[in-house]
Amino acid sequence: MKLQQNTRLALYSLLEFAADPSRHISAAEIAHKYDVSSHHLAKVLAELARAGVVQSVRGVGGGYRFAANARRLTLMDVISRFEDISAASTDGSEHTPAGRALASVLSEVDEIAKATMSSITLATMLGMIDRQRERERVAR
Amino acid sequence: MNARRPSKNPAARQSARTTPASPDDRAAANDVTIRAVRRADLDAVIALDAQATGIEKRDYWRALYRRYGEAAAAERQFLVAVSGKAVVGYVIGEVRDWEFGSPPCGWVFAINVAPALRQSGTGSRLLEAVCAGFRATGTSTVRTMLARDDTLILSFFRSQGMTAGPFIPLEMSLVD
Repeated sequence: MKLQQNTRLALYSLLEFAADPSRHISAAEIAHKYDVSSHHLAKVLAELARAGVVQSVRGVGGGYRFAANARRLTLMDVISRFEDISAASTDGSEHTPAGRALASVLSEVDEIAKATMSSITLATMLGMIDRQRERERVAR
Repeated sequence: MNARRPSKNPAARQSARTTPASPDDRAAANDVTIRAVRRADLDAVIALDAQATGIEKRDYWRALYRRYGEAAAAERQFLVAVSGKAVVGYVIGEVRDWEFGSPPCGWVFAINVAPALRQSGTGSRLLEAVCAGFRATGTSTVRTMLARDDTLILSFFRSQGMTAGPFIPLEMSLVD
């Protein structure tokens, strides 16, 4: 499963916010960390604000902060804001038995991917990130 | 695995000695203890399951009790979470050797917590307890299987650190 850049930026941003919900983080700080333009990231953050999962804070020290429940917000909740997850993988050959058989296999893969994304919350992701950091620290 | 759909059978029976949790029990969540199931807990366990699945499976649970409750062994565990006198959750697990070609592995095939006490850590404690039992037998892996659309309990197991394993369940219809 390949996620579009905006979707990945949305997830990275939310993980930054959710790691410390009390902290206001600027778009520029996240843009710098993930090496994208602030202008591009601002569009992604605006969409997250429209979804109600982040709040923009104006003024000095402003930025964005997390406004959702990290134990409830799933990866799929975020992905579905940026990508059409209902669209089946098609190449126009579904009028043939081989095309329909292949579509069936691709649908099976999609369903498993959706189940996986729907079961992983931001809180679970933060736990995975912590464990990843710990493994890397021990490896060093 | 028990689903967490709203109950379709609110008239599930309750035991005289142990009962399913009510919302009032939430305050007692910190006092939950985990112990081996007793025969007197069975009615409350059946009611909890019926509340979650909408189906009361009395014969099924009696058979489980005979296998995992009466015949308790390190490899077979049937544990309950108790708050006061109320049974507020349960977990059942078993170490299975070389099933599907897998080295000995602990399987969790039922876990449930009363809706009023969810998000209080009771499920985590039940899973920790059954995993501790698995470890005591020398088992180093725990595994479970559940419905793909049961996102709530999938999320619970994910939050405990579980990820997709090396096995894929397959099935096919036996009727046209």
